[in-house]
Amino acid sequence: MIGKSITRVDAYDKVTGRAKFTDDLTPRGCLVAKVYHARIGNGIVTSIDTSEAEKVPGVVKVVTFKDVPDHCYPTPGHPWSVELAHQDVADRNILTGRVRYYGDDIAAVVAEDEIAAARALKKIKVEYEEYPVEIHPRKSMYGSNPPIHFDKKDNVLARTNFFIGDVDEGLKKADTVVKGSYRTPIVQHCHIENSISCAYMEKDRIVVVASTQIPHIMRRVIGQALGIPWGRIRVIKPYIGGGFGNKQDVLYEPLNAFLTMQVGGRPVKLEVSREETFCNTRTRHSIEYDLTAGVDKEGLLTAKEMKAYSNQGAYASHGHAIAANGLTAFRLQYACPNIRGEAYTVYTNTPVAGAMRAYGIPQATFANECLMDDIAAKIGMDPLEFRKKNLIHGYYEDAYLKPIAANTNGIFQCLKKGADYIHWEEKRKAYSHQTGDIRRGVGMALFCYKTGVWPISLEIAGARLSLNQDGSMQLSLGATEIGQGADTVFTQMAAQTLHMDVEDIHLETVQDTDVSPFDTGAYGSRQSFVTGTAVKECALLMEKKILDYARKLLPDERRGLSLDHGWIYAGEEKVLTLEQLALESYYSLTDASAITAEVSTQVKKNTLSTGCCFAEVEVDIRLGKIKVLDIINVHDSGILLNPQLARMQVHGGMSMGLGYGLSEQLILDEKTGRPLNGNLLDYKLMTALDTPDLAADFVELEDPEGPYGNKALGEPPAIPGAPAIRNAVLHATGVAFNEIPLTPQRLVEGFKEAGLL
Amino acid sequence: MFDIEKYYHAGTIREAVLLLKEHPDARLICGGTDVLIKIREGKLSGASLVGISSIKEIKGVQKMDSGDIFIGAGTTFSHIEKDPVIRENIPVLGEAVAQVGGPQIRNMGTIGGNICNGAVSADSVPALFCMNAMLRIADGTGGRMVPIHYFYQGPGRVDLHPGDLLTHIVIPGKEYDGYRGHYIKYSMREAMDIATLSCCVYSRTDSRKKVLEDVRITFGVAAPVPFRCTRTEEALKGMEIGGELYEKAETLVREEIDPRNSWRASREFRLQIGGEIAKRALRRTIEGGAGHE
Repeated sequence: MIGKSITRVDAYDKVTGRAKFTDDLTPRGCLVAKVYHARIGNGIVTSIDTSEAEKVPGVVKVVTFKDVPDHCYPTPGHPWSVELAHQDVADRNILTGRVRYYGDDIAAVVAEDEIAAARALKKIKVEYEEYPVEIHPRKSMYGSNPPIHFDKKDNVLARTNFFIGDVDEGLKKADTVVKGSYRTPIVQHCHIENSISCAYMEKDRIVVVASTQIPHIMRRVIGQALGIPWGRIRVIKPYIGGGFGNKQDVLYEPLNAFLTMQVGGRPVKLEVSREETFCNTRTRHSIEYDLTAGVDKEGLLTAKEMKAYSNQGAYASHGHAIAANGLTAFRLQYACPNIRGEAYTVYTNTPVAGAMRAYGIPQATFANECLMDDIAAKIGMDPLEFRKKNLIHGYYEDAYLKPIAANTNGIFQCLKKGADYIHWEEKRKAYSHQTGDIRRGVGMALFCYKTGVWPISLEIAGARLSLNQDGSMQLSLGATEIGQGADTVFTQMAAQTLHMDVEDIHLETVQDTDVSPFDTGAYGSRQSFVTGTAVKECALLMEKKILDYARKLLPDERRGLSLDHGWIYAGEEKVLTLEQLALESYYSLTDASAITAEVSTQVKKNTLSTGCCFAEVEVDIRLGKIKVLDIINVHDSGILLNPQLARMQVHGGMSMGLGYGLSEQLILDEKTGRPLNGNLLDYKLMTALDTPDLAADFVELEDPEGPYGNKALGEPPAIPGAPAIRNAVLHATGVAFNEIPLTPQRLVEGFKEAGLL
Repeated sequence: MFDIEKYYHAGTIREAVLLLKEHPDARLICGGTDVLIKIREGKLSGASLVGISSIKEIKGVQKMDSGDIFIGAGTTFSHIEKDPVIRENIPVLGEAVAQVGGPQIRNMGTIGGNICNGAVSADSVPALFCMNAMLRIADGTGGRMVPIHYFYQGPGRVDLHPGDLLTHIVIPGKEYDGYRGHYIKYSMREAMDIATLSCCVYSRTDSRKKVLEDVRITFGVAAPVPFRCTRTEEALKGMEIGGELYEKAETLVREEIDPRNSWRASREFRLQIGGEIAKRALRRTIEGGAGHE
């Protein structure tokens, strides 16, 4: 079953509209909630008047920041830590009178319908005392009066650094030193389904049906936010319309849980608009990098240094973990004896940054892979050749965080496939001396990426199997299907280990924290690795239990027993159907005991996946337009569980990478921090017509740590596209653009500066 | 859920005009691709609407014996794109409206709405300016014809009074016969986007393609209203076809248009693009080539 492109287990339900999403599950008579957002970028609410709003027909309840618990809570979808020092920063209230960014949540209305709620919002009167707004981390880090959060006087949420060897010495020994400053924009996930939840009460408990990647974590955070025992919260996660990390955070669910309590437990739906999704959920951190590297005469790296300044926005969310992840990546994959890194994560008056597909690595990889090309250009070496000279062959491990290691390392095979596909050598030569207004170029970039979060954070997964009366199997997991195909590959895994047909594995797609095994959810490209390990263990345990029971039913059988596709075999002979065995297990008058297996597994492993992107572009210099003529991602993600799903995952990631490189950016007003283009018209997410044909290829090395030889593939496809395109534009035009996206205006300005226009 | 106060349905032009006079605060709605967006945004929330989408008299395209082409204001973009009269006589208009939004928008949105909305980025409008289109407006008292140039009064403001209804766009026969047009929409995406800058060029050469006899150049988003580059046009008329003509078109257009500086695009950038797309569009009208860029 592993390695087969079986049809997604949810395919028919999704394409026929049978699949149920949160909005399909709202009960009759559900109320609607809307949030009142601040109209200033920094300051305090001096007065709020909701009396007119309360009079709007259909309004049930208006609450403000004065009504919510005063304690703060953390929101990121990290496993909780029992060690105080490693706990997430708790800096948020459910609603606030201390406005930290334009759009901050001040009040909420619950009404009979959307229109009444919207009309009531317009009648809420708020007065403010305003403070100066700062949207740039490198300015905000010098402090503000008052600081954005009282306990961080300089607005620096965190700073970390590391060093290996002696960078100053290494740079002295270098024959060429290259410095570069690289900047990445704020972008948004743009999942199709906006954040939505429906909250209601049963007995004295709160039930929250939510579009989330992390139901078990959400339960804990809602408990923390409301200050009530976690057991009194129940989170149900149905199918979701994408998350990409935005839903690896707890967004408006604590507010909604609070609201249902305010209206006697009546069901309340809180669905945010697309505009709110841009402004009020989470974004990808914009990070500015200053990089320096030295190379010797041979073109070997002698030293390199990274300084990173990460824009956190107004609340901590995933915080410094993102910039820190980039620091870690900076010391991996390339051989370099002297490496130094330092990263700051800084509060600013901007929308909150959180987790987004590949968690800081698209940013760091953009900077680093630009630098690699810039060095190659400076010393006149082919950039692919330069990388091959400096990349580590075979096994390597992180100097600090063990066991993060490349247990298998297919980067050289990936590079060969990518270069062959794009006709690298031929085109690097052919495009080397172009003149004219339309020019072509080829570029590439590469990366490595962790599988899961161990040892930075806990890795734990649960799985439960139950044998049905007909010999089929129920599989319950706490891990979530978020569009990536998790349900399908878990089904394949269980079928593989139990020697069963996938049709006989019935996987419950909905996670309900009352019944689903504990698992922290979908993020970090972890589930097929970590939850996969739990599924395998659980399946092995189930197999053992089935065979133990078979032994009871066949007391005189001396041959070894095994299970294969619905049969119990004794030696080579079929002796009992699994269905017969299952029926006995349920209904035997002498020895009935329904067979179940459950595991909760901690996985203390990690393994690096890798890959690269090669792109060919055509640049229309006078119009500032880039056309991507051809693009390929090649991944070493270990054994592919389902090649068709793997290709789709790569295509989706490449699409994100293209948008990141070419057109996506959330633009903020300098004076207020308000998003100027926080909607899908003005935020230039690529359409089908903007997207070139996408090629995907793989190098399948069997990873020794992965339960089925597999390693990370969920996030990595989004990483290398942007720098590959930037490097292709450099090849085409000779102009190095150090800030993405490569918008037409940025190109025209760059070409003017370079004298091409 | 849309916050709409009242909805009045008009079955004929006359009914629509009467309803508008009776309910002066009501807004017209046809395809709804602008009005519903404004209601959702809150700019028109709570509005009352007069629906004209089922008025047959304002739908379709007709070529009269005189050669004049009548386009019903309620004709959808998709219809115009595929209409044989448009394809045969003024293909540039079909090519222009084929670049509006996406397929769903083009199936609902109408050319009348595109004009009356007053947006400077309207894709149908530069071509209509080049063809000196006339707008027929019903008002219950015999109506009037307005040249499209005079219809645009300022950003989002058009020459419509309470009770007015645009019923037809008229392209006089003499304004398109012998001309070739090309429209370039410069936007950040290939679909689902509005123009950062747009340019329609309409030209006529002598039969040997040696001399540019007439030329019309209209820009969208280069000024507060759609903008004819009349000075450039005058300077180019009568010039010999060749490199010098194109260079001059590019330079003069940059001197004549007056785009704004905004977070969407800088003035300087728009000037660069403006000269370039005018030149490319002019070249296409003279040298030919299929499709749009």
